[in-house]
Amino acid sequence: MPSAPYNGLCARFALAAALTISQIDSAVAHGLAGERFFPATILTDDPFVADEISLPQVSLQPPAPDASQLTNIEIDLSKRITPNTGIIIGDEWQRLRAPSVPSVGGLGALRTAAQYQLFVNGPHQALGLLGLFATWGHTGRIAAGAPDFTTWSPTFDFGKGFGDLPRSLPYLRPFAITGNLGFGFPTKVESAGVPNPTTFNYGFAFEYSFPYLECCVKDIGLRAPFNQLFPLVEVSFSTAMNRGLGGQTTGTIQPGIIWAGPYFQIGAEAILPATRLTGHGYGGVVQLHFYLDDLFPRSIGKPISEWW
Amino acid sequence: MTRGILVAVVAGAVAIGAAPSARAHAFLDHASPAVGSSVPAAPPVVALWFTQDLEPAFSGVTVTNDAGQRVDLGNAQIPPDSPAELQIGLKPLAPGTYLVSWHVVSVDTHPTEGTFTFEIKP
Repeated sequence: MPSAPYNGLCARFALAAALTISQIDSAVAHGLAGERFFPATILTDDPFVADEISLPQVSLQPPAPDASQLTNIEIDLSKRITPNTGIIIGDEWQRLRAPSVPSVGGLGALRTAAQYQLFVNGPHQALGLLGLFATWGHTGRIAAGAPDFTTWSPTFDFGKGFGDLPRSLPYLRPFAITGNLGFGFPTKVESAGVPNPTTFNYGFAFEYSFPYLECCVKDIGLRAPFNQLFPLVEVSFSTAMNRGLGGQTTGTIQPGIIWAGPYFQIGAEAILPATRLTGHGYGGVVQLHFYLDDLFPRSIGKPISEWW
Repeated sequence: MTRGILVAVVAGAVAIGAAPSARAHAFLDHASPAVGSSVPAAPPVVALWFTQDLEPAFSGVTVTNDAGQRVDLGNAQIPPDSPAELQIGLKPLAPGTYLVSWHVVSVDTHPTEGTFTFEIKP
């Protein structure tokens, strides 16, 4: 029979182990599914709840068909409430330039979202997320392009890494895709005589992970910063469904690259219009994005439900 | 106005980036034998180096052969003088392909995992 001191030692060890285990971050956190790390993409909504902040994202949109051009400076905060639920809050300052009229600047619409992590499948490197986005009317300067109506957007976001392909296809395994499928339901039929249609929104990010190639397929000798790069192409489309605009589609194609470090990532993409309705020429976007769960792992980087 | 917003944004970004308590997920930096490599002779150990220091109690590694049988010695350890390294001894290995499976917890409590293969040539 163990002695009393031995029992006390075991109890203290068990307590210490339990405390340590309880502190291990059990949530997916900034885009992990098994051995796959998904970086936060610029255009495509991420298929995971996270503690991250884009600070800032600066974009110059391609000229629209009427030759107006929009410049944005955006901030987006993603915060986990529990390990599987999260919120997003974002806003932007934008400047609209149009020929023959003075440029107009001001806040854009406030954006919020509630998200639920539907599934995380580690062996198949798959993620699924349900979200409800709201773009709030009358929260920005309408003259600068902000809407005078609220739009509700239920979405399904997904991610899939191809690391589960046969090892006989080594150089295909670093590929991954993330995507969004959703609808936009405006709460106002028209604004200033222009219809606000319900839209079907869809977008995808096709990415190649050099970190995955190096860690899990073949060490080809890449070293920093090249072993932390994700070349990618993002596409996003929005197709009107009613109110006389059915079938009209706007969208962009955005080739670029993301560098992901331990605490933050930097991304840059060109913005190319995908349809005539979208515009012409080209634009660009750069983003500085911080991982709050890595910067503040024992405080604000944890889900709010684990703060106490 | 624009300049003011930019200054505020950059200041915020620098403040976040300078967070003193920062620790990150531990990702595999490199390994010996190297990920996906072919080696001419059986190595006595597999060693993995990570991007962050590891939590010994919750980090481990196994090595299996083509048949899924373990060929490691079950003595995974983090050397005291190398807290970001995980290593494990191997039984004498025949030529073939071997799968290394690791799971680690960094000292900031974030878990990560991964697998890779290496080959011993005949």
